[in-house]
Amino acid sequence: MPVNTASLVIGLSYASLLFLVSVGLSVVFGLMRFVNLATGSLYLIGGYIGWSVARSTGNFFLALIAGALAALVVGVLIERGFLQRLHRKELLQVCLTLGVAYIVQDVTRWIWGGDPLRLRPPELLRGSMELFGSVVPIYRVALIGIGALLAVLVWYLLERTKWGAYVRAGVDDLEMVQCLGINARRVFAIVFSLGALLCGLGGALGTPVTGVAPGTDIQLQLMALIVVVLGGLGSVTGAIVASIVVALVDTIVRTFWPEASFFAVWALAALVLIVRPQGLLGRAA
Amino acid sequence: MNAKSISAQWRPAAILGLLVLLLIAPFVLPTYPLSVLTEILIFTLFAMSLNILLGYAGLPSLGHSAFFGTGGYAVGLLAKYLGTPAPLALLIAVVAGIALALITGPFVLRTHGAYFLILTLSLTQVLFGIVWLWRRVTGGDDGLPGIPTPKLPFLLGRVSDTANFYYLTLIVVGIAIATIAWVVRSPFGLALVGIRENERYLEGLGYPTWTLKYVAYALAGGYGALAGGLFAYFKGFVGPGQISWLLAGEGMVMVILGGAGTFWGPAIGTILVLLLRYEVSAFTQRWVMILGIVFILTVLLLPQGIVRLPNRIREIRAQLRREAPLPRPTAPAHHTPSERAVERVIERS
Repeated sequence: MPVNTASLVIGLSYASLLFLVSVGLSVVFGLMRFVNLATGSLYLIGGYIGWSVARSTGNFFLALIAGALAALVVGVLIERGFLQRLHRKELLQVCLTLGVAYIVQDVTRWIWGGDPLRLRPPELLRGSMELFGSVVPIYRVALIGIGALLAVLVWYLLERTKWGAYVRAGVDDLEMVQCLGINARRVFAIVFSLGALLCGLGGALGTPVTGVAPGTDIQLQLMALIVVVLGGLGSVTGAIVASIVVALVDTIVRTFWPEASFFAVWALAALVLIVRPQGLLGRAA
Repeated sequence: MNAKSISAQWRPAAILGLLVLLLIAPFVLPTYPLSVLTEILIFTLFAMSLNILLGYAGLPSLGHSAFFGTGGYAVGLLAKYLGTPAPLALLIAVVAGIALALITGPFVLRTHGAYFLILTLSLTQVLFGIVWLWRRVTGGDDGLPGIPTPKLPFLLGRVSDTANFYYLTLIVVGIAIATIAWVVRSPFGLALVGIRENERYLEGLGYPTWTLKYVAYALAGGYGALAGGLFAYFKGFVGPGQISWLLAGEGMVMVILGGAGTFWGPAIGTILVLLLRYEVSAFTQRWVMILGIVFILTVLLLPQGIVRLPNRIREIRAQLRREAPLPRPTAPAHHTPSERAVERVIERS
């Protein structure tokens, strides 16, 4: 039986990373119809900064914070500098964020070189443990825990707080929300920044697992797009479910038929959108 | 308004001049620039075909390379297994592109906006996967090498092989672009712009919007496949790289940079992107960054594309003369070209 606990752990830990990258993208997408193709770049920044900080200080948790903050800074710069003037202009957003992605990729290649960099997990989480009769890396299990925790946190924030209600209302009907006197731009800015923060955190957390290299950004970006669309724009629950589905399909196909692993996820995305044009949990447009 | 009519007056002369330049190019340019020019012509057709979707119909396709690759593989397979002559092979490539569009169209057209983007991307990746894994027929990642370059018989022996294929490309692309010009200026093309601006409105006027989009998708597929077929002949090779979504993304960038929804914009975008790739990469390694900076500057300074540069300069000069603020881009809705196009549609109906 190839689908054992080990591959489940690998799949779910990957799902954690996917969720961190895609949840911000999904809500921003849903809220402002904003297409951010620099999401993968924020992951890349988080990963590289985290790697450097961990190398110089030897402290993994400092690396996580630094990675997340670096991505936050870049995210805020993108939002303040460009996005505010591109509301509802999807093609220009695509072009602009692609430009940012190119620059980030080139600058990081300049600074950190083209070789993949990998981070060792902190002392506490190194090695492996036994779980339901399989030997699994402790760090992967920890990733699942962190991902689940953050998923619950984000879900609570968006589904159970007043502020989250503003966001959800904005996803449904932005004009109406603005009529009610809520500053939708500020809500958007906060969501965007939080999304960037989670992306950077994902990048730093993912470095021991996926490594960082030029190209990691594209890979994560494409996966995040699939997750966002499969889950339905603007839906946190959708992002959670889709992250798990995509990561598990990816991991399972990787063990059965390695050459096809990259395409399986796309076939899944195509199939879902053919059957349900609004995504798994999205509302009909 | 005055300035616009002047430029309209000069347009036939400008096109004629461009044509003459393109015709004498092989006598002036060495081999390498001529092959770059050939590539520019092919990708101009690719970008213009994508512009039918992206610019005119407002359908954000990120999967246009599927058609490019289909055309390429049609040519490659026909050349490998049947030795089909080029004109017939290119025709079959176009038919294959249209067929792919007709098959996938009903599915992709159920989606809108970002979902359309991802579904076209997903289907392209699936096609990429099929080509990649179906090694026996497509050669997998090795592709199909050794596609013989077709030559114009009446130029044989008179010009170099590069120039010969250049003229072949010029004729095919020229005819294709002329027909695209005819399509987008036809009532059908105007209706597409109407759909982009306000689909419900057009539907309300009794236009079969779904059918119009379906036809546009098929047309774009056909032209895209033609470009792909030419490119396969140009390279003498077709491989999965010619289906890759990176190519679709590049096409999208060409269209947006040049000016989506304008006729000549995609050509300008293509020239810019290819020259950046070949020329700037020759003297600096940081050309990816330069490309990124160009994207951002274009979006910020010329949001309607580089093709609008003369108008933009005129606006800024007028502004400096009057020292008055620029007219707000969202201001009087009646004067945007797209609104005018909608009005023209309404007048016709």
